[in-house]
Amino acid sequence: MDAYEKVLAARAKGRPTAMEYINGIFTDFQELHGDRRYGDDGAIVGGIGRLCGIPVTVIAQEKGSSTKDKIARNFGSPNPEGYRKALRLMKQAEKFHRPVICLVDTSGAYPGMGAEERGQGLAIAENLMEMMTLRTSVISVLIGEGGSGGALALAVSDEVWMMENSIYSVISPEGCASILWRDAKKVREASQCLRLTAEDLLEMGVIERIIPESDKDFGTAYMLLQTWLKKAIDDRKDVPVDELLEKRYRRFRKFGSNE
Amino acid sequence: MIPRNLFKRANNELEGRQVAEEFVEPTQTCPDCGVETAVTELKDNLEVCPKCGHHFRMNSRQRVELIADKDSFVEICPGMESVNLLDFPDYDEKLRSSKAKSGESEGVIVGEAAIGGHACVMFVMEPEFMIGSMGTVVGEKITRGFELALEKGLPVVGFTVSGGARMQEGILSLMQMAKTSGAVKRHSDAGLLYIVVLTDPTTGGVTASFAMEGDIILAEPGALVGFAGPRVIEQTIRKKLPKGFQTAEFLLDHGFVDAISPRSGQRDMLINLLALHSGAQAPKNEEV
Ligand SMILES: [Zn+2]
Repeated sequence: MDAYEKVLAARAKGRPTAMEYINGIFTDFQELHGDRRYGDDGAIVGGIGRLCGIPVTVIAQEKGSSTKDKIARNFGSPNPEGYRKALRLMKQAEKFHRPVICLVDTSGAYPGMGAEERGQGLAIAENLMEMMTLRTSVISVLIGEGGSGGALALAVSDEVWMMENSIYSVISPEGCASILWRDAKKVREASQCLRLTAEDLLEMGVIERIIPESDKDFGTAYMLLQTWLKKAIDDRKDVPVDELLEKRYRRFRKFGSNE
Repeated sequence: MIPRNLFKRANNELEGRQVAEEFVEPTQTCPDCGVETAVTELKDNLEVCPKCGHHFRMNSRQRVELIADKDSFVEICPGMESVNLLDFPDYDEKLRSSKAKSGESEGVIVGEAAIGGHACVMFVMEPEFMIGSMGTVVGEKITRGFELALEKGLPVVGFTVSGGARMQEGILSLMQMAKTSGAVKRHSDAGLLYIVVLTDPTTGGVTASFAMEGDIILAEPGALVGFAGPRVIEQTIRKKLPKGFQTAEFLLDHGFVDAISPRSGQRDMLINLLALHSGAQAPKNEEV
């Protein structure tokens, strides 16, 4: 598959969305709604469940499956209240010493009037800042599209993983093509230039792991994810929090410190 | 009273010289009121339209001159340059032309400075360098600025201007949002002050990171500040945005900035804010 085919696969109709991952990986999941400030954003699902018996906080971007569901979830494009709900639940996880697992799948934070009126930039910025020093372990997995700042707001983590056919990019290939060549049809070229595939990003050190998608129903993928998430959490259980945070800071500090 | 003829005489002298040299002064047209102003007059007026107060973009060196105490600015990593890490098409040429246009090596200058005698770290983004887009070098310099301020226990005063993340550096430019936010957080957790002044335009990845992370957020009059650009929003919602949407005044109304800061009183406003955090008494109570 070339980069453009990966883009198509990441967005493919019928590709499992976050709720399916949640049902496939966690048990006893209880969804928790609302940001306690303004409203409840359907584009972000949050709650508590068990990973192999251990309570964890799960925060996920959900694109929806049926047409009605997609509309209710704004096609997975969060508004500020979605990011604020995510932050509320992360702080809650920190209080109760629960690890946080984020599932990322968004074409981007929603570029709407209401989003601007309620401080989309601020909401994302606060998540970036607070996640960097959240005193519990955080693992993020990109399951479909990782669209720019709207994805990063759930991915300032100890480790970031990607599903084999997910993508992660600073701009959509369509947006890139229209800026670069004034031609939105040159998506294939733009997809290649942006280095947005899991293989590229692993090579660049932007992610730590690729989860293979070996079967159509994702059963094996969920099992693998469950095993690796459990291991990642166990590995951090006895690490002093300050050490964890220093490593998280260094993880992001290293990008572009070449002189 | 000022004698009238004083002005008259000066005027005549100036006019006389202009005629003699047939010098045509270049002008700039104000996008708000349409009035043309001589470039030199604009410069003397802090790049503010004398008719309506419109704030034109100001380059980074001019800002340092306006805000910092004379000769106090000591730049850190001044020559740091971007490399085309992803071998992105046309990026090398873009970097070359941006350097030539701005006279700067990258989209931000960072240094230690004093403002009204208050030591601080200053960063100033450069509108003429790819409209201050954030690549790895911009992220690195700003991060180093906050790390230096943390090490020395200094406040940070920053000026943002940015079209957002730098597409040509792909995901590495996105990572700068996390990197800079981490550095701001560490500086903040140490109890240190960060004042940011949002200038026209501040959008995208910079708005969604260090531009919105100040303890005190000021904005210049009329500055466009937002996460999504107005055109992207209009394409999404399929209608025109109302006039004044995403301006500094709009942000003030919606509770996202602390105050509007016109350029004329900006240095004094910053000095006052720095003084209010310095532990020093107000001047009138000070024994001299
Ligand atoms: Zn004007």
